[in-house]
Amino acid sequence: MKILVGYKRVVDYNVRIQVKPDGTGVVTEGVKLSANPFDDIALEEALRLREKGVAEEVVIVGIGPADLTAHLRNGLAMGANRAIHVTTAEAVQPLTAARVFLKLVEKEQPGLVILGKQAIDDDANQTGQMLAALWDRPQATFASKVEIADGKATVTREVDAGLETIEADLPAVITTDLRLNEPRFIKLPDIMKAKSKPIDVIELGSLGVEGGDHLKTTHYAAPPKRSKGVMVKDAAELVATLKQKGLL
Amino acid sequence: MSKILVIAEHLGGKLNPSTARAVSAAAAAKPEAIDVLVLADNADAIAAEAAKIEGVSRVLTVTRAENAHALAAVLAPQVAKAAAGYSHVFAPSTTFGKDLAPRVAALLGVAQVSDVMAVEGSHTFKRPIYAGNAIVTVEADPAQTVVATIRTASWPAAAIGANGTPVEALNLDVALPSYTRFVELKQGKSDRPDLQGASKVVSGGRGVGSKENFEIIYKFADRIGAAVGASRAAVDAGYVPNEMQVGQTGKIIAPELYMAIGISGAIQHLTGIKDAGTIVAINKDAEAPIFEIADLGLVGDLFKIVPELEAALAG
Ligand SMILES: Cc1cc2nc3c(=O)[nH]c(=O)nc-3n(C[C@H](O)[C@H](O)[C@H](O)COP(=O)(O)OP(=O)(O)OC[C@H]3O[C@@H](n4cnc5c(N)ncnc54)[C@H](O)[C@@H]3O)c2cc1C
Ligand SMILES: Nc1ncnc2c1ncn2[C@@H]1O[C@H](COP(=O)(O)O)[C@@H](O)[C@H]1O
Repeated sequence: MKILVGYKRVVDYNVRIQVKPDGTGVVTEGVKLSANPFDDIALEEALRLREKGVAEEVVIVGIGPADLTAHLRNGLAMGANRAIHVTTAEAVQPLTAARVFLKLVEKEQPGLVILGKQAIDDDANQTGQMLAALWDRPQATFASKVEIADGKATVTREVDAGLETIEADLPAVITTDLRLNEPRFIKLPDIMKAKSKPIDVIELGSLGVEGGDHLKTTHYAAPPKRSKGVMVKDAAELVATLKQKGLL
Repeated sequence: MSKILVIAEHLGGKLNPSTARAVSAAAAAKPEAIDVLVLADNADAIAAEAAKIEGVSRVLTVTRAENAHALAAVLAPQVAKAAAGYSHVFAPSTTFGKDLAPRVAALLGVAQVSDVMAVEGSHTFKRPIYAGNAIVTVEADPAQTVVATIRTASWPAAAIGANGTPVEALNLDVALPSYTRFVELKQGKSDRPDLQGASKVVSGGRGVGSKENFEIIYKFADRIGAAVGASRAAVDAGYVPNEMQVGQTGKIIAPELYMAIGISGAIQHLTGIKDAGTIVAINKDAEAPIFEIADLGLVGDLFKIVPELEAALAG
């Protein structure tokens, strides 16, 4: 079985995001970029399935600008067999990303596609579900445990009510939650090895994906600030203050 | 004029309050009609509850055995078909809505607006990105159906008390896939208020130190009638179950009172509580970032302070 993994590059989760004063975007110049944390988890899960003998090949996919190569090399150093780089100068919205993934699925015929549950830049939480719909295959979102056997995935999902388990026939789309696994660290020798692993470069325009992103972002604003409050000296004062506010 | 279809969320035969919050957001778009769609194996009781939400024009039910569990692959084709004639489809931005709505949007071939926090016009919305560190205004294409999830913490529940709202059964006649099957749901049992709707929430973090120590948090929460939440670190360490996680990738909540105990205040946690009325922080580190946003802060050891709070309440 082949596993396709979404491997998006985003602003690192430790960066304090600044909105540009003119409201046209957020500052990304000189800011640290990293793999979307949920995608590192997706890749780790795919690698573990390969190590268990469930899968033979792990292919990472990045949709983005020309300079995505270094980022994809990281995923290859982590252990992916090869990478597909779909090039586009503009950031793509989830429906377009899902349509791109569908084209790659048709070409690669994977048994499993593992994506992050959300990209921490747009926080959309859509691409995996959209791909599953377009492909007319099962989806198991927010996975915290995955077992593959007999052509089926048994997936435990983190839902608001607790933990839900569902069974999905393969091929299927899984999206990862935080507690699925802990991604491994990249080792130095693997960085060297990754240099010779193949990266297929495909121009988005050549895939014949139905056109266009549908949402127009017209303005960026900083969130309303909560002002710093007051410090109280002890438990008694805290309780008295909360009672006075009618909160206790 | 717009017509909005709101997808009802329910579990165990009961309507989830997130539905009434999505109705509030729908009302803000000033539509000509707001219909609530209930997909269930036994829809009557749920539909009766939905019919009491103020502002709802009609409740539509689709009763099928396949709808016994909320599997997105099964529900989405039905919602997509029911969406004909509507300008908007709204679902709450809970794990239910997040799972289902994008699948509906893709079947309709349209984009989705996730986590709507404000409605500026029928096709203009505000939503958070980068863990809430930026708020964007987005415009959806007026020529297409708008599929959106509603950030429940941004919207009060629409009032309950409507009378005589019609309930109509729909027969959609769509083929449903059987490639996804429900196995089980392990639900944390608790008599405490629901985290997403509670007016008071007490949360513990890594500072609480262990599953056993978390009893201190539960006991105090019960004393003041609060729901209990946690940071990701507390969930990861196994102190509490996953459904208690508050934050960017957990639950986004807006209680009147939020008490963060032994939580440092990472940006991903703060995203989940920004809309709380009053935030209280108890932390032994005076430099903890949580104090930057807390309305009331108290520096000290939680194992000493929490019992003192209980004593002060008694006094
Ligand atoms: C993609 C991504 C998504 C994430 N999503 C979430 C999310 O949804 N929710 C979330 O919470 N986090 C999330 N995180 C994790 C987040 O970055 C932090 O790691 C986490 O919130 C830290 O939890 P904490 O404050 O409990 O632990 P710590 O940061 O370790 O803080 C513990 C605090 O307890 C205090 N303390 C210790 N002992 C005591 C004592 N005896 N008395 C009083 N105070 C004490 C310490 O001073 C410290 O401030 C996410 C991270 C990533 C990368
Ligand atoms: N440009 C992209 N390149 C690679 N993977 C992507 C891209 N966009 C979305 N994905 C995948 O889809 C997941 C969910 O993204 P989103 O729907 O934007 O929150 C991500 O975690 C990735 O696995």
